[in-house]
Amino acid sequence: MKYLCLIYEAEILYATMSREEGQAMMAEYGTFTQEVIASGQFIAGEALKPVATATTIRIRNGQLSVTDGPFAETKEQLGGFYLIEAPDLTDALRIAGRIPSAKTGSIEVRPIQVFN
Amino acid sequence: MPDPAQEGSGNGIHDFADSLYRSESRRVLATLIRLLGDMDLAEEALHDAFAAALERWPREGLPANPRAWLVSAGRFQAIDKIRRRARFDAVSAELADRIETEAAVERDEPPEGLEDDRLRLVFTCCHPALQPDAQVALTLREVCGLSTEEIAAAFLVSPTTVAQRIVRAKLKIRQARIPYRVPPFSDLADRLDNVLHVVYLVFNEGYLAARGEALTRSDLSAEAIRLGSLLSDLLPEPEVLGLLSLMLFQESRRMARSTPGGDLVLMDDQDRSLWDREMIRRGRDLVDRAFASRRIGSYTLQAAIAALHAEAPTHEATNWAEIAGLYEILRRADPSPVVELNRTVALAMRDGPEAGLEAIDAILSRGDLLDYHLAHSARADFCRRLGRREEARRSYSRALELVRSEPQRRFLEKRILDLDKPASFP
Repeated sequence: MKYLCLIYEAEILYATMSREEGQAMMAEYGTFTQEVIASGQFIAGEALKPVATATTIRIRNGQLSVTDGPFAETKEQLGGFYLIEAPDLTDALRIAGRIPSAKTGSIEVRPIQVFN
Repeated sequence: MPDPAQEGSGNGIHDFADSLYRSESRRVLATLIRLLGDMDLAEEALHDAFAAALERWPREGLPANPRAWLVSAGRFQAIDKIRRRARFDAVSAELADRIETEAAVERDEPPEGLEDDRLRLVFTCCHPALQPDAQVALTLREVCGLSTEEIAAAFLVSPTTVAQRIVRAKLKIRQARIPYRVPPFSDLADRLDNVLHVVYLVFNEGYLAARGEALTRSDLSAEAIRLGSLLSDLLPEPEVLGLLSLMLFQESRRMARSTPGGDLVLMDDQDRSLWDREMIRRGRDLVDRAFASRRIGSYTLQAAIAALHAEAPTHEATNWAEIAGLYEILRRADPSPVVELNRTVALAMRDGPEAGLEAIDAILSRGDLLDYHLAHSARADFCRRLGRREEARRSYSRALELVRSEPQRRFLEKRILDLDKPASFP
């Protein structure tokens, strides 16, 4: 089965990190990503630019509107994701629990809907 | 098994690895858990080993012993990985040293049977320090290879709930340092009791389907029987054989237990030609072996009772005297209100419904089984046979309030309706 691991954490954390801390975090992410690739369970994964770069689009009554930013202020923001292949939810959680940001933010794991 | 050599392509290897994963992954996992001492690490190593196999076997050819290759690949990749992680984590460095030292030591020792590792894992998963729900979930996942989602569907709970139980149980195993081993002889009987209890719980969940729409969930019963067979191969203690025998006798009636519409059929109304004779034969063989040991426990006694039912030509021609006698022994060996309840049914067949009613009222007046729907429906049944219609109606109604399975509810409703038909009184 496929699972999407959504990484939520406070962006402010990165803004206040020292250069060394930032590099250590990147190295840890690099190692983690290599491991998931090596285990054959990696499908895709990306980091997102800060939420300030977000653009939101919606259509209401046929009217298109484009606004900047997300529509709700939250303490943690979606910062990136991994799409993984795992035999079941427990195994997906095992992998998600090793995403470095699990220690500072939270990881939401969602099964991918399969349409038959 | 497919032969990848004949297909001579990456696809052949892929299919071979797939079928190998299905047939071998639980065995490989059990051994990796012993070698690495940690379930999560072992699970990770299992994925790594299969990924490495897919990459290397097409180039290097199939190893002579794929299972041993996977174990060794998983183990050494785990050591490498822990070393890499040691950069972020001091605990990992120690762990890697320990696993590596053990790996070196073990090369000089004779290799242990892989099946023993599955037995070790069963005892770990059924460790009494874990929550009962977690023991069941962990056993089904780690030993039987059911996915979290499959377990959730079988027990009618959410996958998140099952995953929580498993994750917490693994944490507990790690923190309490619950060992991966078959318990020493002094503890074996107690610990085996607990294992058998978990297996029977899984079976009954599949057999009785305590909640929900369907009368039975055969997948769980089949898993429990598979698990019982594995145990009886690895540890043929009398009670292990007794439990497997009991499950086979009960399972042999599956086809006869419900109508095509999913309604419950009691044993006295079942079409005995639908009973699975092969299962009954296996059950008989096992219960005889258990009796021959002269160490007779409660599962073996229950299997012996089930054998008498299974081999009787009709409900009336069943040897009720012997069944009542076996229940009497069982009641003394393993006293429980449910055993007493079952005994009342045999008493009623041997001595008449009056005797059954008297026995069941003795149980209820003690305050036992007041919330157990089968006690009230059995009582109702005795009253019905005695022609005490109003009392029967009250007891059926009480059972109806307590029942949670849809087919059993329909069955009780029908019984109440039938009370108003004079023809239903024999």
